[in-house]
Amino acid sequence: MPAEIPADSVGLVIPQTVTFSAPLELECGRDLPGYTLTYETYGTLNTQRSNAILLCHALSGDHHAAGYHGMDDRKPGWWEHLLGPGKAMDTERFFFICANFIGSCKGSTGPASINPETGTPWGLDFPMVTVRDWVRTQAELADHLGIAQWAAVVGGSLGGMQVMQWTMDYPERLRHAVVIAAASKLTAQNIAFNEVCRQAIMTDPDFHGGRYYAHATKPRRGLSLARMIGHITYLSDNAMRTKFGRDTRGGKAFSFGFDVDFEVESYLRYQGSSFVEHFDANSYLYITKALDYFDPANAFGGNLAEAFASTQAAFLVISFSSDWRFSPERSREIVQALYTCNRDVSYAEIEAEHGHDSFLMPIPQYVAVLRAYLGRVAEEVGA
Amino acid sequence: MTLRKDLAIIADWITPQSRILDLGCGEGELLAYLRAEKGVQGYGVEIEEARVVAAIRRGIPVIQQDLDQGLRNFADHSVDTVVLSLTLQASTYPRELLLEMLRVGREVIVTFPNMGHWHARWQLGIRGRMPMTDVLPHTWYDTPNIHLCTIRDFESLCHDNGIAIHQRVVLNERRRETWRNRLLPNLFGEVALYRCALMAR
Repeated sequence: MPAEIPADSVGLVIPQTVTFSAPLELECGRDLPGYTLTYETYGTLNTQRSNAILLCHALSGDHHAAGYHGMDDRKPGWWEHLLGPGKAMDTERFFFICANFIGSCKGSTGPASINPETGTPWGLDFPMVTVRDWVRTQAELADHLGIAQWAAVVGGSLGGMQVMQWTMDYPERLRHAVVIAAASKLTAQNIAFNEVCRQAIMTDPDFHGGRYYAHATKPRRGLSLARMIGHITYLSDNAMRTKFGRDTRGGKAFSFGFDVDFEVESYLRYQGSSFVEHFDANSYLYITKALDYFDPANAFGGNLAEAFASTQAAFLVISFSSDWRFSPERSREIVQALYTCNRDVSYAEIEAEHGHDSFLMPIPQYVAVLRAYLGRVAEEVGA
Repeated sequence: MTLRKDLAIIADWITPQSRILDLGCGEGELLAYLRAEKGVQGYGVEIEEARVVAAIRRGIPVIQQDLDQGLRNFADHSVDTVVLSLTLQASTYPRELLLEMLRVGREVIVTFPNMGHWHARWQLGIRGRMPMTDVLPHTWYDTPNIHLCTIRDFESLCHDNGIAIHQRVVLNERRRETWRNRLLPNLFGEVALYRCALMAR
């Protein structure tokens, strides 16, 4: 709870919604009969409408990228460190939009929403959605807001995948693409982690085939376990060692039982159980599938450079040294493909110890790179 | 926009509208000039954090990468020219780097401080101290320059590895080309600039 809102915060923000009533034809072949997007905006759109930046969120993220919803909020938005007046993503120069993607559970249409045909929650009847579908809905939002071209589209992790998809599907609608801690496709190991998470959810006795809403319950253990696994992979070995080491809870002696002994156990249990309170298990299933399916090079015989051949944007690619879930090697593949097809691309490999989560943190070199790049973008678009 | 003399010579050697790679690009001043004045499409490669930020701020595409790890990510003949300006002496594997550059580019431009320069010889030969000059301002125990060579050394490396020298310019300590440099380059040249390519087989 902020006693008062810090001066470099965007302050209190109010989420907005827009509903598109026309059916959306999805990549999976099915139609979604209309959908709602929940989004937030920060900063002011200039009269030329040239200073808009789209932010794309990651797996457990949402439209609340910065600021507070109320004075009793425990935490600000997920990119608060980087987004605000005078920050690397400067709300005094740009107009930022962040929309919750469909399939999520944070306000946009997803498996917990009501299926208009049945009048009950969709559950696993919700059609499979992909990164490409998300980008399409974001383009509809841009039309709705009268933004013909983004100054930049920026995203980390799964958000970075959306940025790449934007450059391929709407090459003329963005000038710059900022792809952070991302990959052009998941590795087998990465898909494996996602599958373990999904199995944890789906084998929970309270899952009820995804219809747990009707049973007034939810697969708490499964979702909590999924989050714990995810959390381990988002941190580095070193970061966990530094943060917890082998410390026991409250410095107590071993219990010689199966209750919490170590701090790291306590931390993971807390992360798991608090996640369950604000995230829908079905959404977790859908979003991890979208991650697994993403592979734009697949349509080009695995040649990523060909997938990027139609793009027009200039790129900034950023990776973090200790990120083993989306390792620097994956980012280098993206850079290499962009080099091969003659795109302007800059690449920064940030020394950071926080693993994949580094993209959320105000690491000085990361901040400096983003600030330098977006400063150029601002000059270019007259922001 | 004016460039330092050695960079100006490199810029002269670059074909307009060509595609280049500038290894150890620093803050990107050469590339900024080439993009603006010669319509060159170019990428910088740089390892040092502050320089990467400075190049990005200049609007130069820069790839953060350690040259000692090689150039594997750049395909064969993917650029017209690869530039290595005053960086050869700081690389761990200078010969391998040079050969990698010749794989990636049709032509390479290499510049380096000449240890055969009379001032360096004076410091080592007469005073018995490791040379320190304005291009090599570091003390022996705190220098990034680990592979120093003379003009004759470099040319012998080229000869032994099938590298053809297409052009050479030698500048004195005031970054000028004089008759003395031309007559006795290895004695009066402080900075040597080369255009090379692989010899036709």
